[in-house]
Amino acid sequence: MRRGIARTGFAALTVMIVVFAVFPFYYAIVTSLKTGTALFQVDYLPQVADWENYRAVFREQPFGRNIANSVVVATAVVVVSLALSLTAAYALGRKSFRGRGLLLMTILGVSMFPQVAVLSGMFELVRGLGLYNRTGGLMLSYLILTLPFTVWVLTTFTQRLPVELEEAAVLDGAGPLTIVFRVFLPPLAPAAVSTGLLAFVAAWNEFLFALTFTLTDGQRTVPVAIALMSGASEFELPWGQIMAASVVVTLPVVALVLFFQGRIVAGLTAGAVKG
Amino acid sequence: MNRPAGEGARVAWMLLAPTLIVLALVAGWPLARTIWFSLTDAHLADLGAARFIGPENYLARDEDGWFGVLADPLWWRAVRNTSVFVIVSVTLETLLGLVIALVLQARFPGRALVRAAVLIPWAIPTIVSAQMWGWMLHDQFGLINDLLMRLGLIGHPLAWTADPGLAMGAVIVADVWKTTPFMALLSLAALQLVPVECLDAARVDGAGAVRTFRHVTLPLILPALTVAVIFRSLDALRIFDLIYVLTPGSEQTMSMSVYARQQLVDFQDVGYGSAASSLLFFFIAACTIGFMVLSRLRPTAGAAR
Repeated sequence: MRRGIARTGFAALTVMIVVFAVFPFYYAIVTSLKTGTALFQVDYLPQVADWENYRAVFREQPFGRNIANSVVVATAVVVVSLALSLTAAYALGRKSFRGRGLLLMTILGVSMFPQVAVLSGMFELVRGLGLYNRTGGLMLSYLILTLPFTVWVLTTFTQRLPVELEEAAVLDGAGPLTIVFRVFLPPLAPAAVSTGLLAFVAAWNEFLFALTFTLTDGQRTVPVAIALMSGASEFELPWGQIMAASVVVTLPVVALVLFFQGRIVAGLTAGAVKG
Repeated sequence: MNRPAGEGARVAWMLLAPTLIVLALVAGWPLARTIWFSLTDAHLADLGAARFIGPENYLARDEDGWFGVLADPLWWRAVRNTSVFVIVSVTLETLLGLVIALVLQARFPGRALVRAAVLIPWAIPTIVSAQMWGWMLHDQFGLINDLLMRLGLIGHPLAWTADPGLAMGAVIVADVWKTTPFMALLSLAALQLVPVECLDAARVDGAGAVRTFRHVTLPLILPALTVAVIFRSLDALRIFDLIYVLTPGSEQTMSMSVYARQQLVDFQDVGYGSAASSLLFFFIAACTIGFMVLSRLRPTAGAAR
């Protein structure tokens, strides 16, 4: 009897957790499929499937361009961050030298920087380099978000690899860069994929820099476009289009996350739990 | 390795050089400039014309009385808002995250599916989640008002994001929804490191589930949980996007980051805004250094790896 109650309670709790987690996104999908007055009526189940919002968001907004901007910026930032942090992680994870501990702490400290603390200095830098209102300005500024993180996580993973790995290469007289990219990259590849994915998500979601360093609709990234989306009337937000745009940009990320679940969890815990 | 120690250090610094140069350019330099700007009368339209004015942006006094960020009631309002936000949302996220982690640790059919579902809010961009919650909490057409009225909990629709008494609650709900999965994952990782023998021993001794959790599991995961809570709190202190989109312009939810950006960009007062950003930076830096010193004194804090 008591077991039965406990089991029912557990099942109810599990269902509640799933509903709590999934419902807002489900409701965004339901809303995105409604237009006109149907929007202003609360429906818990989808009544119609009207794709007009999805067409409108690409027709009335430069949303295709915004997606392209986000993809280009996030990809470039991930590639640069991974390339830099692989060599840095090899040095931090496999070499002992004076100042190593302090350096690791500094890098971790940089990842704690509030973005707003570098905002005016970064604005000056971006404008000084002629990158204001260009994707290049975002690529540059996003490195402060991704680089400390990728260095930190890859260092953790590098330390876990067996010592024998580089010994043979060192005896063969291989240079440090050869060791990093020929010897360490293959076993680190899974870790690099999960770290890169997390960095991609961070760059894809970034808002403050993108909001401040871009000016025109065509240069905006997806989060800024969704935040500032306005309709025909100044007073009524185009909720259907906002939800359609939200679904469009979220589905790929959700798919990626679900597909790489295990690796993402590994990357997150390696990055965050290590004190 | 037979090489002299100095050789290894030289190679290490060489490999680190590109990363350190980039970090100096995108982190060190802008931070230094921001702190410099905070001591000037810089204006957004012409940063080059900035003149040194000393600590006037922080606190100064003339015949009209005190002025500067530290004398601005709105700044202190932002400090209070941010503190309330951090304390309430991190507490809720930790408790809910722990509950979800305990559920996910149990073996039951469909567990992988539940874990996948829990990850969804984490994967959704903050701006998207802010818009989704803004729509659900809409005063006229929102689902939350409809649901609560159907259940008879409220008599008339509430303006969740506009009502001064409710806006902070709306922000906290949206943040808890988005960030609890992260805390759940970290708690789950800590739970999975608890040795099975400890739990078995407790069971043999006849301890119930609740007693086992309180006296065996909780003390064992506490160090890792503390680290997660500290990291999450430092992260929550810089909250910007959710508040900016969900409750635009509201003084009841304005965080320190929102305050600083408003001065910097909307009012174009780079000197004053930089002073506010620098204050936030020094506060977070003090917390971070304090935490690092403490965790070095007590090495157990980093034990979960």
